[in-house]
Amino acid sequence: MHELSLCDDLLGQVLALGRQHQARSIVGITVHVGGLSGVEPMLLATAFEICRVGTLAEQARLVLEPIPVRVHCNHCGIESETPNNHLQCPVCQSPDTDMVSGDELILARVELDTACV
Amino acid sequence: MCNTCGCSITPGNRPLVLAEKPRDGVSTVTVLKNLSSKNDRQAEHNRAHFDRHGVLVVNLMSSPGSGKTALLEATIKRLAGSLKIAVIEGDLETENDARRIQALGVTAFQITTGTACHLDAHLVHNALHQMDLTNLDVLFIENVGNLVCPASFDLGHHRNVILLSVTEGDDKPAKYPVMFRAADLMLISKTDLLPYLDDFSPNRAQQSLRNLASKAPVLELSAHQPQNLDVWINWLHDALKTHRRQLANHQTQRPAIARDDVLLHGEASLRLRPVMPESTRP
Repeated sequence: MHELSLCDDLLGQVLALGRQHQARSIVGITVHVGGLSGVEPMLLATAFEICRVGTLAEQARLVLEPIPVRVHCNHCGIESETPNNHLQCPVCQSPDTDMVSGDELILARVELDTACV
Repeated sequence: MCNTCGCSITPGNRPLVLAEKPRDGVSTVTVLKNLSSKNDRQAEHNRAHFDRHGVLVVNLMSSPGSGKTALLEATIKRLAGSLKIAVIEGDLETENDARRIQALGVTAFQITTGTACHLDAHLVHNALHQMDLTNLDVLFIENVGNLVCPASFDLGHHRNVILLSVTEGDDKPAKYPVMFRAADLMLISKTDLLPYLDDFSPNRAQQSLRNLASKAPVLELSAHQPQNLDVWINWLHDALKTHRRQLANHQTQRPAIARDDVLLHGEASLRLRPVMPESTRP
């Protein structure tokens, strides 16, 4: 259960951005959660409910966008989506693939209320 | 992934990034920053510290009871006189494992995590203040027995070694893909018990790892059969040789999966979308 510490990191970054842009409040936060990021989106959402209290992000909407696992096949060159535990090329069955996306945990976007600045 | 500029826009997330629409009175900041940045900064600091001392740091991960400490004991006995070793032990409670290592005359520092299910870079950093790395060849970090969380935390180490004992299911890599994808080496342990177990197949275990597109070598061994440890001992010597060669070229090593991460989730790229305040609109 390290979603709470990740959430702490998330809020730290978001609040720093808010201060930097002199925002009145944080409106929305978008996080990309890859299928192989090792993070459970529901736990992250719960942790956010706890962490945001009393901060500039108290009213913020947290959007967790799932990022599917995609691999590029070094044999046939085709890029495909795969299940989390089967990263071989689904087209030619080659095991020689590189992950293109799916293990990221990224703070993608922050929406700030800066209307009066 | 974007290998050229170090940015974090991947083919996977590009459509999502480009789809942003500005809304009234709200500015959107595109951040694309890795969320475990605090831990990762500390890990890089640890790695630089290890590299200054020329130490190869190996992170041992597995479920509880798969034989990490027994493997370390057997390894220490085999390497006595050839390599200088130290160990950091991670457990929720007790100093039992550190005592087992110290009984062999090797420096061991126990981190008790209380309720935390993994080691992180800060815990390892604190342990380093208590340890002298001078003249050390290999530092083993025995992580908390857990196939979930330890995989997500860079400790500043150079290699991930994951044990899968034959008393577990041979489909563990399929069940815990995040962990097993992180392996630079998978060790199938307790093979002396194989004759008594009809439901574990080393081949199936290896296939389960290959299904994750992992090219990590797989070795079979038993800590109770020192004659079978040769391949593991050779792997360690090779890893240390490679590490020292890279250090001589002012490069460091990262676990295979972390190298991908550095490329995929590199530095923050910040850009502001200009949004006019409502009051100034025509």
